[in-house]
Amino acid sequence: MPEKRFILITGRTTKQGRSVHLGKEAKEYQEEISTLQMNAKDIETLQLQDGDQVRVKTPYGSTVVKFKKGDIPQGLVFIAYGGMINALIGSDTQATGMPNSKGIEVEVERHG
Amino acid sequence: MGRSLKIVGGDVYDPANGISGAVKEICIQDGKIVESCKGPAEVIDATNLVVMPGGVDIHTHIASPAVNAARAFRPEDHRHEPVPKKPGMRSGVGGTVPSTFATGYLYTKMGYTTVMDAANAPIGVRHTHEELIDIPIVDKGLYILMGNNELILKYLKAGEMEKIKRYVAWLLKSLKGYGIKLVNPGGVEQWKYGKDVEGLDDRIYYWDVTARQILKALSWVNESLGLPHPIHLHANRLGIPNNYLTTLDTMRTLEGSRLHMAHIQFHSYGGENWGGFCSKAAEVAEYINAHPNITTDIGQVVFGDATTITADGPWQYRLYKLSKNKWYNLDVEVETGCGIVPYTYREKNYVNAIQWAIGLELFLLIRDPWRVFLSTDHPNGGPFIFYPWVIKLLMDKAFRAEMLKRVHKRVLSDTTLPNLDREYTLSEIAIITRAGPARALGLTHKGHLGVGADADITIYPKDSDREQMFEHPIYVLKDGEIVLREGELVGSRDGKLLFVVPPDVGEMDPEFKTEFENFYTIEYENFPIDAEDIPNREAIPAGASR
Amino acid sequence: MAEAAAVKGVKDAKDVTVVEGVTCPFCGVCCDDLEVHVVDGKIKDVKNACVLGKDTFMHHLEGWAKPTIKGKPATIDECIDAAAEILAKAKYPLIYGLDSTELNAQRKAIELADLIGANIDHTSSVCHAPSLQAVQTVGISSCTVGEVKNRADLVIFWGCNPAEAHPRHASRYSVTAKGLFTTKGKKDRMVINVDVRPTPTTRMADAFIQIKPNSDYEVFSALRAMLRGHELDCVEVGGVAIDEWKTLLEKMKSSKFGILYWGMGLTMSRGKYLNVVALLTLIQELNRCTKFLSAPMRGHGNVVGMAQVLSWQTGYPFAVNMSRGYPRFNPGEYSVADLLANKEVDAALIVAGDAIGNFPAKTAEHLQSIPMIAIDPKESETTKVATVVIPTAQAGIAAGGMLYRMDHIPLVMKKVVDSPYPSDREVLDRIIAKVSAMKNGGKGAPKPAVKGGG
Repeated sequence: MPEKRFILITGRTTKQGRSVHLGKEAKEYQEEISTLQMNAKDIETLQLQDGDQVRVKTPYGSTVVKFKKGDIPQGLVFIAYGGMINALIGSDTQATGMPNSKGIEVEVERHG
Repeated sequence: MGRSLKIVGGDVYDPANGISGAVKEICIQDGKIVESCKGPAEVIDATNLVVMPGGVDIHTHIASPAVNAARAFRPEDHRHEPVPKKPGMRSGVGGTVPSTFATGYLYTKMGYTTVMDAANAPIGVRHTHEELIDIPIVDKGLYILMGNNELILKYLKAGEMEKIKRYVAWLLKSLKGYGIKLVNPGGVEQWKYGKDVEGLDDRIYYWDVTARQILKALSWVNESLGLPHPIHLHANRLGIPNNYLTTLDTMRTLEGSRLHMAHIQFHSYGGENWGGFCSKAAEVAEYINAHPNITTDIGQVVFGDATTITADGPWQYRLYKLSKNKWYNLDVEVETGCGIVPYTYREKNYVNAIQWAIGLELFLLIRDPWRVFLSTDHPNGGPFIFYPWVIKLLMDKAFRAEMLKRVHKRVLSDTTLPNLDREYTLSEIAIITRAGPARALGLTHKGHLGVGADADITIYPKDSDREQMFEHPIYVLKDGEIVLREGELVGSRDGKLLFVVPPDVGEMDPEFKTEFENFYTIEYENFPIDAEDIPNREAIPAGASR
Repeated sequence: MAEAAAVKGVKDAKDVTVVEGVTCPFCGVCCDDLEVHVVDGKIKDVKNACVLGKDTFMHHLEGWAKPTIKGKPATIDECIDAAAEILAKAKYPLIYGLDSTELNAQRKAIELADLIGANIDHTSSVCHAPSLQAVQTVGISSCTVGEVKNRADLVIFWGCNPAEAHPRHASRYSVTAKGLFTTKGKKDRMVINVDVRPTPTTRMADAFIQIKPNSDYEVFSALRAMLRGHELDCVEVGGVAIDEWKTLLEKMKSSKFGILYWGMGLTMSRGKYLNVVALLTLIQELNRCTKFLSAPMRGHGNVVGMAQVLSWQTGYPFAVNMSRGYPRFNPGEYSVADLLANKEVDAALIVAGDAIGNFPAKTAEHLQSIPMIAIDPKESETTKVATVVIPTAQAGIAAGGMLYRMDHIPLVMKKVVDSPYPSDREVLDRIIAKVSAMKNGGKGAPKPAVKGGG
């Protein structure tokens, strides 16, 4: 199964921000923070089909998310802030107090 | 309160009431000084001790968005001066920009009971009030920056003096301020273009008015509103060699009107350039001596670490380039700016040494102690905790001579300090640290020990080492309550916010709301501060128009 | 204070109470022109807000937290007692969150930290703390948003996405806003966006530069070198051709009043605060050519306010430790992420902030293994696993108070509806009283030596 290294970018989106108010159990919020955006060419390389899920891995953990095509350069993937990305981020802050929340190397493969 | 207290047997220094060391009983009732107490009173035996009103600091930077920015960006300033918590008292940190609780405790431990924060942007005054609420024990007030206010510049260009007056009254009333502050008038507006003011007749970009016009307009407004304190002025060209010419030009412009010249030491420089830097204290002192309308605070330099915090954005940019230290700058919409640069004054640096000497020259050459006040422009010239050191320099010629041996030798050749023999008396010190500032501020119930005054009292030991004496009061009373006993703080209390109530000079025009919202980024209705947000406050009414 | 203010600016039409001049508590832009329509104690409409602000108010009744102890329903009083007991017994407690509440509650949290010798940190620690550290290192050339509105002819958004995180920033301050000297709004400005990927902010920009992730430090250093007149012997930096950087630099130098806004793109990626140091130094040096400023896109909520009051009361803006009886500061040691990753704290109080939902998994794990109190109006990942949950009136909606805008300007939040629950400030005050009494051997809270006031 082809897997590829990507740089993971995390961040805010309007949907994620809006859904916060519904309480974090709400469907819209869970939807937004559990979807990974990927470039169309990368989707092809990974042989992903509509409805597939992907596993995202770092040395700290892994998580399974949905994916969708996004306006994002090849080699990068994006997931909104919230619960799902927390499994991927290590706790070491290099004594800065700030975890490495952006620009982290991840492996992505089709799940299942 | 209902507390009665008597201080007996002390040598009382109450210059405002002509008392200069006489042994006298002071009676306190319900937080005020009275003729005699009602019923049994606690007695403080002040035999062989010196009794003075609590100190009044007319110019210091202790609370504001600018001060807090300085505090937050200098963690290295606080690390070595922890202030541990005690029962009834909060923890904090010292340094050149102490934390708020520590600030109140440190001032109290020096015997100061009223402090005035010297520079506040209108849009940030709400913050200043909150910070002041967290400075315990001392009473406080704040001056509001107006010398670069774009609405004022606009009205000035149009010649609308009455409108400026109504606007200033509205600002003071909305923000619960104490007085009008000007910092480098016109220059901080120029800094929004990366420039400064060179002379009092430079035309400011766009608004097309001059510093001289701004000075005259705000001075007229201040007197016309009958405000207790004159305009409080940080003149143009602070810090720059040869700025004494601008200082004299400034004072001449306002001849005949009351004027308070802030930290005049920084404005008494000669020399064509840094190499030729020298003292013009004699010239400036001579002018002040001849013009009784002027009061001043010195802004004395203290060797060691300082943090320069000022609205004078362009000057701070210069200091950043000169010192290569870190530099914080915040330009504030419509109103002013702020620049912060850490700085260390060194005895062997000839500029710093001459600056130090200039401050002392001014103290010693200005003859009327009622018009010259002790300040270090804290923390620009040095931290306020060094006031006792400055007092010793003023009272002890031999101590000055010792210092003269240590500092850069250009002080000996380029200043008159070595030849000045004057020694301040205790009475004169009481004037420049208490009675004089209170009078200049128009605080008729502060700075003296007459009947009706607030019972803010400091009792010092008699010590020929004047630094030790003024550093270690035995008792401090605030509103008739003992807050320092046997040299130890015995607990905290809230101080009052003193604010001026300007006379009713009419409402702003109906178009003002739209104008305000065009200039600013907040709603007009949200600008004024609710008096209820300042739980402990005291209104000082304005007087008659001068 | 804000209760009285809610009555001002109220006009009644039928059954609707309209509260004008309401400050939105959500994102840091702090729009204070919201108009909130209340019927029967419920918010029915909000005018002038962006989608995030509108949602904040419109959904104020949804997803409320409930008072519980170990998952079982309890009264507020019981929860406060349980919380006080946990905190009084703790040897090395943590107080965290505090971004979505008001000044007086933040004050109480610091007072509590002082009382129990706690670590106290807030969400800046995992957001713009690196920016604060960078400012502590070199300073900053900055301005309030009104200066941008009135003067900026060049606006650069670098590593931030205001279109999604600060929706009205563009129209109120930085892009289409019309100011004193920018009367044509967008036509008087050039907007440039620099990021690792296009975002909705890119659509607002006249030009977009896409850089490689984790390359900001090199890029700022290269720009600074070119500003000082050095020729660089490489063809690209950060995946972008040198000539493109030269063009950007020329645009910056020839602007009359430039502003660069930055965000998490710099603070969270490799280099952390050093990225911001490189940026801030560049901007300071640009002042030799022209008026150039920079500012962080702060938010969310009242995070700036917490840094303000923590700074004035303790001397330090975040990551403060009080366990020796006085404040100490050390990012990396007393930062929440490190305290938790190193499993140092033995109890935690999380106020108005979702810790668990925003930490790396291993960091959050420790929080779940110690007694944890959550004070929050809403359910969250944190309240789900907290030992004690105390719901409160939502600041800015059911509780008034002061908050700070992203550029450090103080504003006031109004109370527009009632809540059955006490405010954050009140809950913390009651916890302080209980903890004081417990620490005083049950003799009641110690009286201050001298009572205050007139």
